[in-house]
Formats: sequence, structure tokens, C-alpha cells
Amino acid sequence: MTIAVKPTQTGEPLFYLADEHPHPEGYSTSLGFWIYLMSDCLIFAILFATFGVLGASYAAGPAPKDLFDLSLVAVNTSMLLLSSITYGFAMLTMQQNRIGQTQMWLAITGLFGAAFIGIELTEFAHMIHEGATPQRSAFLSAFFTLVGTHGLHVTCGLIWLVTLMVQVWKFGLIEANRRRLMCLSMFWHFLDVVWIGVFTFVYLLGVLR
Amino acid sequence: MSPDLLKLIFGRLGIESLPLHEPIVVGTFVVVALGGITLLGGLTYFRLWGYLWREWFTTVDHKRIGIMYMILGIVMLLRGFADALMMRGQQMLAFGGSEGYLNAHHYDQVFTAHGVIMIFFVAMPLVTGLMNYVVPLQIGARDVSFPFLNNFSFWMTVGGAVLVMASLFIGEFARTGWLAYPPLSNIGYSPDVGVDYYIWALQVAGVGTTLSGINLICTIVKLRCPGMTMMRMPVFTWTSLCTNVLIVASFPVLTVVLALLSLDRYVGTNFFTNDFGGSPMMYVNLIWIWGHPEVYILVLPAFGIFSEVTSTFSGKRLFGYTSMVYATVVITILSYLVWLHHFFTMGSGASVNSFFGITTMIISIPTGAKMFNWLFTMYRGRIRFELPMMWTIAFMLTFVVGGMTGVLLAVPPADFVLHNSLFLIAHFHNVIIGGVVFGAFAGIGYWFPKAFGFKLDPFWGKLSFWFWVTGFYLAFMPLYVLGLMGVTRRLRVFDDPSLQIWFIIAAIGAGLVFLGIICMLVQFAVSFLRREQLKDVTGDPWDARTLEWATSSPPPAYNFAFTPVVHDNDAWWDMKKRGYQRPLTGFKPIHMPSNTGTGIILAGFATAMGFGLIWYIWWLAAASFIAMLVVGIGHTFNYHRDFDIPADDVIRTEDARTKLLAGAK
Amino acid sequence: MNTDTHATAAGQHHHDNQSHGTLSTYMLGFVLSVVLTAIPFWLVMSGALPSKQITALVIMAFAVVQIVVHMIYFLHMNTTSENGWSMMALIFTIVMVVIALSGSLWVMNHLNANMMPIHEMSGMK
Repeated sequence: MTIAVKPTQTGEPLFYLADEHPHPEGYSTSLGFWIYLMSDCLIFAILFATFGVLGASYAAGPAPKDLFDLSLVAVNTSMLLLSSITYGFAMLTMQQNRIGQTQMWLAITGLFGAAFIGIELTEFAHMIHEGATPQRSAFLSAFFTLVGTHGLHVTCGLIWLVTLMVQVWKFGLIEANRRRLMCLSMFWHFLDVVWIGVFTFVYLLGVLR
Repeated sequence: MSPDLLKLIFGRLGIESLPLHEPIVVGTFVVVALGGITLLGGLTYFRLWGYLWREWFTTVDHKRIGIMYMILGIVMLLRGFADALMMRGQQMLAFGGSEGYLNAHHYDQVFTAHGVIMIFFVAMPLVTGLMNYVVPLQIGARDVSFPFLNNFSFWMTVGGAVLVMASLFIGEFARTGWLAYPPLSNIGYSPDVGVDYYIWALQVAGVGTTLSGINLICTIVKLRCPGMTMMRMPVFTWTSLCTNVLIVASFPVLTVVLALLSLDRYVGTNFFTNDFGGSPMMYVNLIWIWGHPEVYILVLPAFGIFSEVTSTFSGKRLFGYTSMVYATVVITILSYLVWLHHFFTMGSGASVNSFFGITTMIISIPTGAKMFNWLFTMYRGRIRFELPMMWTIAFMLTFVVGGMTGVLLAVPPADFVLHNSLFLIAHFHNVIIGGVVFGAFAGIGYWFPKAFGFKLDPFWGKLSFWFWVTGFYLAFMPLYVLGLMGVTRRLRVFDDPSLQIWFIIAAIGAGLVFLGIICMLVQFAVSFLRREQLKDVTGDPWDARTLEWATSSPPPAYNFAFTPVVHDNDAWWDMKKRGYQRPLTGFKPIHMPSNTGTGIILAGFATAMGFGLIWYIWWLAAASFIAMLVVGIGHTFNYHRDFDIPADDVIRTEDARTKLLAGAK
Repeated sequence: MNTDTHATAAGQHHHDNQSHGTLSTYMLGFVLSVVLTAIPFWLVMSGALPSKQITALVIMAFAVVQIVVHMIYFLHMNTTSENGWSMMALIFTIVMVVIALSGSLWVMNHLNANMMPIHEMSGMK
């Protein structure tokens, strides 16, 4: 605040603000949420490190080649990508104050997210059915934990999304709700970024190995 | 009732889980229970529950939360220190065929609990408490960025402490050492609840710590008063910023490692097992990626406290402010590059060991620079040997010894000899007690008058100081000797009678520290009784330099009636020099966050969930989890979280202060 | 280090230093990420490149580029939001991630190389 540091008319230095505006509500929220995401990023980094170290310890069990169906992963990836752009549309319509369209795009995002979770669970169920359980080898432990943690985050995102839709429906696009939608947007796109790491390092490199 | 039904309701918790066969634990339980009943009865009799709930438990005021953190830290210090005394006693006695008085089962829990409690529930709350109390005042803010989160973080830390304390009387604690290395901590070798207590206590407290780290970073970045640029922040605020960056960047690692260990234990995955491709060494690697920054999380705020204390009690501007800041930042980054020095002996080979040995030695450079800055601040200063300054000088002497033995340990070949010996134990107690504990005590002595409006009694303080310092040297110097003679840590009985004398000396030292703690408690009581004589009405009892001394002691709920404007590093010193006049008129309503009980309720459910998971009481864990979800989401439907303190209240508070100040002159 | 103070008066406009993106930037980001996802999948599924190592390097490069694209077009990262603190937090986190990831791999690989009995080395690929 540059004006405050200037001396007053009498030449006395100014030591306090006689007339101040309190920080608006949510003044620190976006930075705080960003820092939270950074800490979450480290959670995934450690899971990736664990996968990197243990990812080749098959213990004479199944290897990625035997397990991964890349076309299913491609479908799953497109679900997440589509949900990202639809969330973007929700944010754009929110800025234009079109509450109905915002809700519609949020709902579509939620459906894509749910589809993602559904496909992932199908994949897990299939693997477990074939005997490739998390207990089978260190590789599978690391795989299920890394991909599962991402899925858990998406699930949390879905619960949050539904909560926000209820709040937008009840209270409208008020400042607090806009801020919350913005935080969820960061969360959702952040999960996308993590998924890029997952499909590249776990699935694609796994099949290549 | 059928065993199946019992199992459904109580999990693996049964009457045999209570340690009734351990007379020491039963005795402790009786004492604690009597004390607890007296306390609860007293609170009920004097009808204090409502007051405590409204004014303290649900508070979002960073000052009260800070004070509660300090109380938690001091209470847990008593528990952790009782464990220390038991260990010293056992090791002193268990010679010449004597088994001592602790059986192996109990002794192993004692040394594990001692480490866990001292780091997570003594050092962390003391450090977090001081940061919480002081940082917003130092930067001229009204509260932290997220006051509700602050309350929640505190109660999560308490929840973790409650679980550790519960393990004393219900079941048992881990018998693995304070970092619970697998495979020992895996289900095959530790099938009991001990490690589960360890895991869930740390997970619950860890969530609180991470959130409080995010909160304080945001506070420092976003809420500094006008004029306070980054390079005008007080050094304590700088070290707090770096500490919280370290917290946010390292506690997630601990969370993941413990989560993987719990998956191994609960689900049967193979991360850290010996078979099916698991690697126990990966646990060691990962937990130290958290563990080493943790050391700096504890000591950096202490460095900040010593900086404030040295410059205040030397009556001088801090020497080399800029170099102090850069040294802190360099330590922050470097603390991530040294973790392997905790396991040189693991066998990663010469190249890896050399890299981490060298980075470890490099860290001593910025730390040494800080030491010289303090010395040059004192040089030609008008030093007042008040208690905080005495702790600071004791720190400088002690910490340099600890630092030098640390550099010795950083040499991988030397570490192969000294690894896991009592030399290492002596080293890290030398830096943690000499750095963190002395720092916390200096901070308590320094800011106590700010928090309560009266100084601490100097006589009992000095008595406590001398007991602590001499006790410390007597307790730990013998351990260096023993370590060099090859004695390893965590031993319960000894064969070689020539070692006994050193353990006796160490036990005497521990006894002196015990007297030091007693004197400290007496000091609090005496100071409270003599509060009229020790009163400070100016708000600036030490003729100090930073902004927290510009307001009254204790500060009003809103900290500053008007947001201060800063022109200098030593903002308050600058204001005093330039004839600052306290504003007496023009007060306005002040916008403040409202209290809420959500934090303590959520933390209560989290603790209950932890308890359910520890004892396999699945219905309790599931119900608490759902309750947490419902309460948490319910809280987001509350959009009215703040209120205005009316201008009349502000005028009343400020007028009272004006009268006090006039009376003081 | 950033040395300017925050402005209390910025309160009224505080969300203006957050960039929001427009329809065209979102669409551009989406198209880019679809392309950047499709190519690695195609490379691996068809085995178009002769060597596995080259394929691995190429798809890792694609991943890095796609992460940058997401950061810019979806997360709206730039050097000015929050006075540069968001960017600084991101850079710091990337440094930490690189240290933790590469450090762990380095340490554990050396450990495995040193500790694994020779006859088992052939099975450890």
C-alpha cells in the first residue's frame, strides 16, 4: 500500500490507518487452496516414487502387460478430459451469471466424473477377479494405491460438486459460492494433471516395459 | 452375549486389554484418575464448563489457540519426561544380573512413547503455539487467514495426543522405536494395537499440523500490515514462514508413509513386507524425507525466537538481518537434501553416501552464519541478563556442541561406527533440547508478559534455568562417552559393570532436569500469585522492538484498534524513536470472525474414528466417519461466520488502556 | 523475493488478479490436451516407433508438455496471480517433487544394486 507510507500533510509519519477497509471475505482463500493443492501434489509424488521403486517387483505375479487394457484406459482418460472442459464451461457460464447453464454443466461434469469412477472400479474388479489383488505383489500394492488414491480424490470431488450444486441452487451464485466453484475448479483440473502422470507412467510405460 | 456379538461391538477390545498386570501403569492410572476427577469436579463445582466452551474451546482467536497449544505442550512434556526418568532409572539399575524394574514389554513402549510424545506432542505444540500467538501480532494482523481452520487444527493435535495418552491405560503403545520401522512394525511382528495407536495418533495430529501450516503461510503472505515488505518482516516471522513451508512440504510425506504402513497392516498389501517384492527400506527412505525437514521445522522458529531475544536484550538492531533471512531460506531448501544421513549404514553405496554427507556438512554453514550474527548483535550491546537472554546464551553454547557432533556424524565412515549408538542419542538431544526446548523456554519467558499482562517470577525462573542446564549436561555428556565406547541405543540391561557409573551420572542429570521442570511449574504458580507485583501495564515490558509490543498486554481480541503502518525493520522501536502517539479517538467497529464449535466436534469424531480403527470396532469408525462428513458439509452451509465488534466496545477497551497508561506514568 | 506489499484497497478488485480464461482458451487447451493424449496412446498401442526406449522418452516428453498445457489453460497459472506467490509455490513444489522422486529412485536403485545377490540380479529388470 503505497499511499499509506507517504507522510501526512503535517509532515508527521503515518503509523496507523485511521480509515481502513477490512480484508474482504475469502481474501486468502485462493492462495490457501493452491497451497493445499501443492501439499496434495506431494502426496501423489510420494505415491509415484513408491510405484517407481516397487513397480517392477511382480513377485512372480502378473505384470502390467498381462493386466492393462489400454483402450479402456483411453476411454477413461477421455472421460476425465471431457469433464475438465465441461467444468470450464461451467466456470464460463458462471461468469456470465447464467445460473441454469452453470448447474447443467456442473451436472454433466459430475456425470463424466462418475463414469470415470465407474470404469476404474470395473477395471479394478476385473483385475481382482483374475487374482491380481493388491496383496499379490508389491507392484500391485503400489498400483492399486496410486490409482485408487486418485480415484478417491475424484470421488471427494464428486461429493463436493453435489454439495456445491445444492448450495448454488439454494443461495444462488453469490460471491461465496463463486469462490467455492473456483476452488473446486482448481481441484478438478489438478486431478487431471495428476492423471496425466498416472496414464503415462503407470499404464503406458507399464505396458512398454 | 455370544463372542461374535461382543466382537462386533467391541472389536478386539476386551477386559484383558487393560494393563492390570502392570503395577506401574495401574499406579499411574490411579494418580491420573484422581487428578482428573479432581480437575473435572472442580470445573463443574465452579461452573466453568460454559465459560471454557464459549471462550476457549470454540474460540477462533489466534491468541487463545496459541495459549492452548502451549498448555498442551507443557502437559505432554510432563508425560514425556516421566518416560525419560523411567528409562534413566532402568538403565542405571539394570547391571550385574539385575533386570531393573521395567520388563522388556513395558520398556520398549516407554522409549517409543518418549520419542513420539516429545517430538509430536511437546515440541510441535510449543513451536506452533508460539507461532500462532506471535506471528499475527508481529505482522500487525487481526487474526490468521483462516481462523476456523486454526481452531480445527488445534483440536486435531489434541485428538492425536488423546490417542497416545489412551494407549497408556487401554491396551498398549508401539514397541518399535519412535519411527516404527517395518518389518518390526508390520502385522506379523507387531500384531497388537500398539503400532495402530501410533499410526492413528500421528495421522490425526498430522492433518492438524498440515492445515495449520497452510494457514500460517497464508497469514504471513496475505495479511501483513501496510509498509511491511518481505524484507521488513521480523526474523521470527521469517523463520515461521520457512517452518510452515517445510510443514506443508513434508507432512504429506508422513501421511502417505503411515497410510502405506496401515494398508500393509489392515489390508495385507506388500509395500514394506519382506516377501512378495515389498521393501522395508523404502519405508526408512520415505519417512526420513519427512523426518529430516521435521528437525528444521522445530529448530527454525527457535532460531527466530533467539534473534528477537538477542536484539531486544542487547538493545541493538539485529546484526546481519539480510544474511539471517537468506540463511533461513537456504536451510529450508537444504533440509530436503540430507535425509539419507539418517541411514548411511543401509548400504546405498559410496556415491550416495558421499552426496548426502556433503550436503549435511554444507547445512552447518548457514547455521554457523546465524550463530555469528547473534554474537555480533551482542557485541557492544547493553546486554540485560533477563531470563530469556540467559536461555539464549545457554542455547548458543549447547547448540554449538550439538552442531559439532552432528558434523562428526555427517562423515559416513564415522557414522558406520556411531550409527544407533548413544553418541547419536546425545547428539540429537544436544540440538533438540539445546535448540528447541531452550528456544521454547526463551519464547515463553519473553512473550509471557504479552500474553498475560505480568512477567514471570525471575527467582524461580533462574532456579529452573540452572537445574535444566546443569541437569542437561550431566545427563547427556555421559552418553557421548558411552556412545564412543560402543553402547547402542534402546538397551534394557547391561553386562559390563564399568559402564554403570556413566548411567548413574546421566540419571542424576535427569533428576536435576526434573527439579528444573518442578521449578518451572512453581514459577508459573508463584508468578500468578504475585501478578500484582509483576504487572506490566505498558504493554512493552522489555523495551522491545517489534510490533507485538505496540499493543496492550494482553492484547484486545482485535489486536490493534487501528492497523499499524510500518516504516522500518524494528517497527515498534522506530515508532517509539519518532514519538508515536497512540490514537485516542476515531474508533470504528472492527470486523472479526465468530466462534464455532465445529472444530472441536469434527476433531472429536476424528479421534473416535481413530479409536475405532485401532480396536477394529468397525461400526464406530464408520459412524464417526459419516458423522465427520455430515458435520463438515453442514458447516459449509453456514455463510455467516463473522461479526462486528461495535465501536462502543472498542472505545471502552481503548479508554481503559488509556487510564492504565496514565496511571503508570 | 517479492518485496511489494499487498494493498488493502485491492479488496474490491481482488478477484481481478485471477485470470479466468475465455471460451477460446478453454477450447484451445482442450484440443491440445486431446492431441497430446492421443499421440502417446497411439505410439504405445501401435508400436509405431522401433525402440521401446525412444517411445518411453517421447511419451514422457508429451506428458510434460501436456501438464504445462493444463497448468496454463485450465489452472490459469501465470506469474502475476497472488503477486507471484502461486507461481513461487508451484516452483518450490516442483523442486520438492523432483528431489523426493529422483532421490528415492536413486537411493533405492543403488541399494538394490548393492544388496541384491548376484544370481537374483538377472530376474530384477
